[in-house]
Amino acid sequence: MRLKKGLMVSAMAAVAVLGLSACTDSEAPTAEPEVQEEVEFEAGTTMAELNEAGEITIGTKFDQPLFGLVGPDNEPVGFDVEIGKIIAAELGIAPEDINWVEAISANREPFIQNGEVDLVVATYTINDTRKEVVSFAGPYYIAGQDLLVPADNPDGIEGPEYFTENPDAVVCTVSGSTSEKNIREYTDNVIAANGYSDCLEPVRTGAAAAVTTDNVILAGLADKSDGEFEVVNNAFTEEPYGIGVALEDTEFRDFINDTLEAAFEDGRWVDAWEATAGVVLDTPEPPTVDRY
Amino acid sequence: MSQSVLYDAPGPRAIRRSRVTSVVSAVLIALGIAWLIFTLASPRETAGGSTQVGLFDASRWDILLDAAVWRALWRGVQGTLQMAGAAAVLAMIIGILFSFGRTARTAWIRVPTAVLLEFFRGMPVLLMMLFVLLVFASGSYVAGVAALAVYNGALIGEILRAGIASLPRGQAEAGLAIGLTPTATRFLIEFPQAFRQMLPIIIAQMVVLLKDTALAYIVGYPELLRIGVNNLSNFYGNAYFFTLFFVVLVIYLVINLSLSWVARFVARRTGSKAVVAKIPRRGIFGRTRGTAAPTDDGADDGAAGKS
Amino acid sequence: MDAIIEGLPLFIDGFLVTLSLLGVAGMGALGIGIVVAAMRISPVASLRMIATVYTELVRNTPLTLLLFGCAFVLPYLGVRLDYFTLAAIGLTVYTSPFVAEALRSGVNGVSIGQAEAARSIGLTFGQTLGFVVMPQAIRMVIPPLINVFIALTKNTSVAGGFFVLELFAQSRRVINNRGDEVLAILLAVAFFYLIITVPLGLIAGAIEKRVAVLR
Repeated sequence: MRLKKGLMVSAMAAVAVLGLSACTDSEAPTAEPEVQEEVEFEAGTTMAELNEAGEITIGTKFDQPLFGLVGPDNEPVGFDVEIGKIIAAELGIAPEDINWVEAISANREPFIQNGEVDLVVATYTINDTRKEVVSFAGPYYIAGQDLLVPADNPDGIEGPEYFTENPDAVVCTVSGSTSEKNIREYTDNVIAANGYSDCLEPVRTGAAAAVTTDNVILAGLADKSDGEFEVVNNAFTEEPYGIGVALEDTEFRDFINDTLEAAFEDGRWVDAWEATAGVVLDTPEPPTVDRY
Repeated sequence: MSQSVLYDAPGPRAIRRSRVTSVVSAVLIALGIAWLIFTLASPRETAGGSTQVGLFDASRWDILLDAAVWRALWRGVQGTLQMAGAAAVLAMIIGILFSFGRTARTAWIRVPTAVLLEFFRGMPVLLMMLFVLLVFASGSYVAGVAALAVYNGALIGEILRAGIASLPRGQAEAGLAIGLTPTATRFLIEFPQAFRQMLPIIIAQMVVLLKDTALAYIVGYPELLRIGVNNLSNFYGNAYFFTLFFVVLVIYLVINLSLSWVARFVARRTGSKAVVAKIPRRGIFGRTRGTAAPTDDGADDGAAGKS
Repeated sequence: MDAIIEGLPLFIDGFLVTLSLLGVAGMGALGIGIVVAAMRISPVASLRMIATVYTELVRNTPLTLLLFGCAFVLPYLGVRLDYFTLAAIGLTVYTSPFVAEALRSGVNGVSIGQAEAARSIGLTFGQTLGFVVMPQAIRMVIPPLINVFIALTKNTSVAGGFFVLELFAQSRRVINNRGDEVLAILLAVAFFYLIITVPLGLIAGAIEKRVAVLR
């Protein structure tokens, strides 16, 4: 046990070192939400603890253009990041006091469970199996799984049915993702890599006909490809993105839900969108928060 | 000159044949490299019908002029070294514990240790990292360090055990004869010798450990491969995918080759001083060019099993 | 438990792919390893040098980067192979220097008098190796070789991230489907790997013991 504690300490030290070295040249890409100076929370709640500590640790994606993408300066940018800042601001925490931690698909639940992060905003689809281990606030956005093809769509792919009709056509996605599960309803000819950007090469060489995952992630990839790829724009699933918090932390979840609803109302949500994903995508209508 | 007993000193015809082989292979390699460079440099037609500039086009390399990129890569190197360093120290400790457990006189300790060793030796590191992360809900750093430490600890334990087993019986007997307890004999007499003799193999194992930190992508730990290839190419765009791959490859080679060089240096140093256990049975290849004392073969031998 | 029963067909599929990767890459690595080992002891200096450079480069490259090169750079160069073959090539290349070193250390373990005797009765390089040294060396070589194959078995899991649906990639699928039974799923996957590695380890141990007695 002592061994494990020692490891924890050095892990924190490592994170601290990384965090410090990252702060050297950060830029402020967008209008920051106004930080609440005077907020009171009921003692003992997660909100009171975070407000007291004056800092928060948020897990987000580091490799997803438009939503959560880290640059060489180690500061993530994107819509998820802005949503995280809005919540932190309501807790009285300034953007520079947020510790960003990379969340990948495999570590989102364990990070929430062991308190390594206070919340996760990371293109995180709300679903029933996940609800058994973490609680979700939101959704704050509803994505849908779609397909990415070479520009001008040479194969004429209209939707996932293409792969059912052409059993030889290969589609690429990320190993062990929900997108993989969904596309397998249509075809077994699926190849999978560690990241979505790894799927672009197979499409270039012709080893795969398309990449599939949530439309917003694909839009980000297309945006970074100088017009080499385009999104088919025919979503065939619904992926409500939620904010993951510790299981049964109902007060914190309600607080985030209230914050989201307020942000939907007063334009902070639209501002966040337009400053990030809105550069490429149309501004959608805010979704309805699901207080399950 | 080569001292191998396997063949005669080359005569004029053998020398001529050897020269021809050298020239032919040099030409073939040069042609291969030229083709490689030509293919990579020429523009590429993708399956989607678009044309991309060749790999050596300036537009694929300009980010390397940006100091921020090198700072990010340096952060990756730090992440890699931090994980490798912590895992190496822990692996040594675990390895020592394993080697004692495995050579214990009581079966109660020996047998369970052997079972544990078999288990850890047979598990993929990727699986172990994921296991620690998901089951103990630890951070990615802890998951990576723990998996690398336990796995390499098991291997180092086996290396040390082999080292102890290779010592002449007289060493332990002498220890007992002067009145040391069996445990003290093991600690004071056998273990230091085994450790010194196996040091080159242990260092070679550390190179393997360092390479394996690249597997920590599975738990999202920010090491060189993840920051260099994944994060940076997502940020700057997929056109830099191969550029960053080559840069990261070169960095890994520089780090690992230096470490291997240190391993060889240590091997030579300890080789000259090493206890005359079983080492100097001169190998069939003799001392062929460049390779040092037989301990060097030992280093290769040890690394062989454990990638 | 029902997560494992549910996932069993996937595990078995993945297990078979892992086994084929092990088989193909193992045979390939053995072949290339023998050639590299022979080059390293050959009378021709340039061959020795090529083999040394190859060994050093490959042994100091992380497997992930090597597989990356096979999955992305080879197709870029115009190699049109399926991803299973590409991954098998990567694993073959990665494993071959380890095989070569295991062979070399085994040959080095044969007493020098044996080779001297063979040479003095007039056998050539090939005859000395083939009739005298190798038959003795093989006994010594088998345990370290088996260790190489154990390592290869585990290394096949890295191919899961490069478009090959082997055991580890399948397990990620099952975990995604059943996040509530992660522990059971991971233990089941470990079990499948141990089915391969533990018997190999036991064989290596048994042979090691026999060799020790013979010495």
